[in-house]
Amino acid sequence: MGGTGSGKPMNLTLHVWRQAGPGAAGAMRTYAATDVSPDMSFLEMLDVVNEGLVARGEPPIAFDHDCREGICGSCGMMINGQAHGPWKATTTCQLHMRAFSDGDEIVVEPWRAAPFPVIKDLVVDRAAFDRIIQAGGYVSVNTGNAVDGNAVPVPKTDADAAMDAAACIGCGACVAACPNGSASLFTAAKITHLGHLPQGQPERHRRALRMVTQMDLEHFGGCSLFGECQQACPKEISIDAISRMNRDFVVASVMQAEERQVAGAG
Amino acid sequence: MNMFAAFWRSTIGKKVVMAVTGVLMIAFVIGHVSGNLLVFRGAETFNRYAALLKGVGGLLWAARLGLLAALVLHVTAAYQLTRAAAAARPAGYARREPQVSTWASRTMRWGGMLLFVFIGLHLAQFTFGWFDHATFSETDAYSNVMVGFRNPWWVLFYEVSMVALGFHLFHGAWASVRSLGVARPSGHPLHRRIATLIAVGVWLAFSIIPLGVYAGIAKPAAGPDTTAALPAAAPPATP
Amino acid sequence: MAIDLNAKVPSGPLAQKWDTHRFEMKLVNPANKRKYKVLVVGSGLAGASAAASLAELGYQVNCYCFQDSPRRAHSIAAQGGINAAKNYQNDGDSIWRLFYDTIKGGDFRAREANVYRLAQISVNIIDQCVAQGVPFAREYGGTLSNRSFGGAQVSRTFYARGQTGQQLLLGAYQALEKEIAKGTVRMFPRTEMLDLVVVDGRARGIVVRDLVTGAIDTHLADAVLLATGGYGNVFYLSTNAKGSNATAIWRAHKRGAAFANPCYTQIHPTCIPQSGEYQSKLTLMSESLRNDGRVWVPKAKGDTRAPDQIPDAERDYYLERKYPSYGNLSPRDIASRAAKEVCDEGRGVGPGGLGVYLDFRDAIQRVGKDKVEERYGNLFEMYQRITDEDPYRVPMRIYPAVHYTMGGLWVDYNLMSTIPGLFVLGEANFSDHGANRLGASALMQGLADGYFVIPYTLGDYLARSAGMAPVKADVPEVKATEAEVRAHNDRLLGIKGKRTVSSIHRELGKVMWDKCGMAREKSGLESALGSIPALREEFWRNVTVPGSGVELNQSLEHAGRTADFLELGELMCRDALHREESCGGHFRVEHQEAGEAKRDDARFCYVGAWEYTGAGKAPALVKEPLAFENVHLATRSYK
Repeated sequence: MGGTGSGKPMNLTLHVWRQAGPGAAGAMRTYAATDVSPDMSFLEMLDVVNEGLVARGEPPIAFDHDCREGICGSCGMMINGQAHGPWKATTTCQLHMRAFSDGDEIVVEPWRAAPFPVIKDLVVDRAAFDRIIQAGGYVSVNTGNAVDGNAVPVPKTDADAAMDAAACIGCGACVAACPNGSASLFTAAKITHLGHLPQGQPERHRRALRMVTQMDLEHFGGCSLFGECQQACPKEISIDAISRMNRDFVVASVMQAEERQVAGAG
Repeated sequence: MNMFAAFWRSTIGKKVVMAVTGVLMIAFVIGHVSGNLLVFRGAETFNRYAALLKGVGGLLWAARLGLLAALVLHVTAAYQLTRAAAAARPAGYARREPQVSTWASRTMRWGGMLLFVFIGLHLAQFTFGWFDHATFSETDAYSNVMVGFRNPWWVLFYEVSMVALGFHLFHGAWASVRSLGVARPSGHPLHRRIATLIAVGVWLAFSIIPLGVYAGIAKPAAGPDTTAALPAAAPPATP
Repeated sequence: MAIDLNAKVPSGPLAQKWDTHRFEMKLVNPANKRKYKVLVVGSGLAGASAAASLAELGYQVNCYCFQDSPRRAHSIAAQGGINAAKNYQNDGDSIWRLFYDTIKGGDFRAREANVYRLAQISVNIIDQCVAQGVPFAREYGGTLSNRSFGGAQVSRTFYARGQTGQQLLLGAYQALEKEIAKGTVRMFPRTEMLDLVVVDGRARGIVVRDLVTGAIDTHLADAVLLATGGYGNVFYLSTNAKGSNATAIWRAHKRGAAFANPCYTQIHPTCIPQSGEYQSKLTLMSESLRNDGRVWVPKAKGDTRAPDQIPDAERDYYLERKYPSYGNLSPRDIASRAAKEVCDEGRGVGPGGLGVYLDFRDAIQRVGKDKVEERYGNLFEMYQRITDEDPYRVPMRIYPAVHYTMGGLWVDYNLMSTIPGLFVLGEANFSDHGANRLGASALMQGLADGYFVIPYTLGDYLARSAGMAPVKADVPEVKATEAEVRAHNDRLLGIKGKRTVSSIHRELGKVMWDKCGMAREKSGLESALGSIPALREEFWRNVTVPGSGVELNQSLEHAGRTADFLELGELMCRDALHREESCGGHFRVEHQEAGEAKRDDARFCYVGAWEYTGAGKAPALVKEPLAFENVHLATRSYK
């Protein structure tokens, strides 16, 4: 996992983006983090800094966080120019301070993307992700409307591939890391998850069309296949998903054109 | 019609257009460089090849228009996507460390702009004959090449542009396959190796031509055309 | 005025109660459903599934969560799985067996009828989730896989790698988003419920704070559903998310909802031990690890040798020794207490001796490292990230931690609290797990309540309340409640003392863990009942909350929640003190027999529900007797 591993407390210098509220002007501010244990998580280090700030009557650094075990997707910040910091496949809450060395300077910034406006300090608004899901990231099945769980066999490879994509936690690191600010990996992960399962087939093409359209309406950038998203993704979702999304989108566009023709002829 | 507009409006639609036009242009570039290498077989072969191309008449124009359309679509889509990407991140990071993106991928836009300028100058030089006005010959492509690449500045410009082309092709070739969604999931994808092969091959083949001419490996042909080297004696290129 | 705890359990044979009840319940005509407005607080498994299912039926639904998206509710962190009596493995499972295991696992402190219904519905849940596209683990033949879990001798747990809670929640979240897109649900993320509006004795709305702007507002409706999770964070350190809180249920309690069995807390045996004072939460390692991991400590006290230097003969595989038939898969309360016992004897491992080994050496030898990695790879990685130790080479160190609260607001068979119109779902209610919850049953209960119980019982309530007048925003009860919320927040902001909220919360947690944790004793509980009010006083005199109420203010949010924990903690200790028996997660040192918990069915076979009687006054205990007509009240044995 890298880092010092020595167990000795460290002294660090933090440069943190502070912004009082939505639309307010922000700036980087510098704080000393002293006596940091290498066994602390990154957020626990920020907790300690915040305790000091509150004790001095200064406003603590606001950041989103909740489960602190790497699954809720709440936390996320750019740490030294990397989404979620230097450890691969690790959310900010699971990043531990042994990744750093005594005397390090650490730059901490919020996710930067127009569709993720800053609310305060390191807190951003990721509602755009919910709206992308609303556009079609589901199977339209009402409660009570299900057949037996084993009625439709799902090949293990398909179930596994679906699970790989479904592991997305919606943290936004893919957008933050992408030079284009693209949400392609997030959108593609859901399209891929449901597209691999028989239950997802009836709406497969409609889903691709609608989710991609919503993604664009939110003003995320396009995909240039830099691969940064895949590298930043704490759940290691592959950009193979993006290929799949593109394919589904193209097929869906063609099919929709055909459907219109049929409808027009009839 | 509405569908095409919707397709074009989407970021994926534009990427697909870029991929398709990109693949077309890659095919053209491979054909183009293969033909150009005939320059090392001497004036006669090269000029016969040039004449052959011109001889197909309507087909040549169809190809030219097709390529022009591809270029226009490719550049328009690239421009619009670049604008969208810039708008998606209005405020940048104080510190940012790219992890895996290749230099090729991060320079697609700059390289693309250079190539756009290059294409213009290249056409102006060898198709329209605007620069070596005095010596330019519609019928003697070989001599035009010999004149052009005797000038070290042109050679330098071509060499730099071909490096850019190589990088542009490398990322473009493999990303096209991805954008079109035809790539199969793999840790060591074949399309990446093919892209490397295309990029290196095209770059090498293109870049040895100006160097070869400048270094004198491909020599001006004997005969009346050698006068081309003497600007004063040259007839007007076009009536 | 003592409240009436009428559980409204339908008559008839156990297996027919739910069917009979569903037939007898009144229905709301489809055209009328859209006239009713329902507020769902919380967007976890119970809340999201309820909101989506009610919206599908046609009700107007508002859903609230304090997170930035409903997808982040803490159900997402459940790792291991979800139980269902499918008997796909042909290993002897049945609805009756799941019912029996759950009742027994809960140490005979749950209502038979509720638990039976839960077992019945469990099979529908799996079907529903599969239909939603939840990527459950599958066999090569395409059928669903099962694993075994603590407290059961059949394999009935369905799972999606180590992320079952995440996948089930995303299924419910997607169903919710589908309804939001249709406009049938209005979602209020980053919105926290701060009080319940009761008009004419019925729950008619909530007061909420927009956590971004700080705006305080009242939302009125025909019914209110609380699906706000458990209160484990009263201990400060727990496996709960940092934001998990008791504010919604606590403030509803103060408005008249009885709080049942507050002392029943589940201490999970397999968590990563604390590493320092700065520790902000504890991380669970899925119980599924106990399928292949063996739990042991050195036989000798103070043995500081590295684990691989201790030969087998000098290891005590204490769960296998004490409980040979269940072994490492003993229920959570038993496994936790056994760990505490060996640590108390001085045989614990790791810093401070607060840990036991969970060793995969034998599993790796038996099935190979690859297979172990396939089963638990992500958990092993998480362990290594946190501890910097490689569990493939060095045994994991684990220690119990607060994980789940079986107690919660009292509800009847219809999930309605003692306030008409206030329904409570999932972990927030007390209903199905008795004094101890079995692994993989929380997800089952949350989804059962949301998908398959509330859509029926809410309709019955609304149909029977057809004459209910619409509530106006200017009635005195509404205005008073909102004013009280504003005053409460202003008070918190105005103290401007010296101590941070976290420091007081941490101190409360320590008192709760020491006195009301894995082992409880009369003297300890009495001392806690002295120190908690003192700490509460210290909080209201000396806490500091920076910033204002009209912005995103995480300190203010934490302060409000901590203020409620400071009251709830006291009630938990009071309940623990009154329950002079040991049952499930509630272990009274005075009541044991040969080291095992000793229940007292003659005196305590009831649900202890507490009624709020006013600030500074002792709460009143009301009892709902538990009748066991279908199972024999036995001493739990896992030997």
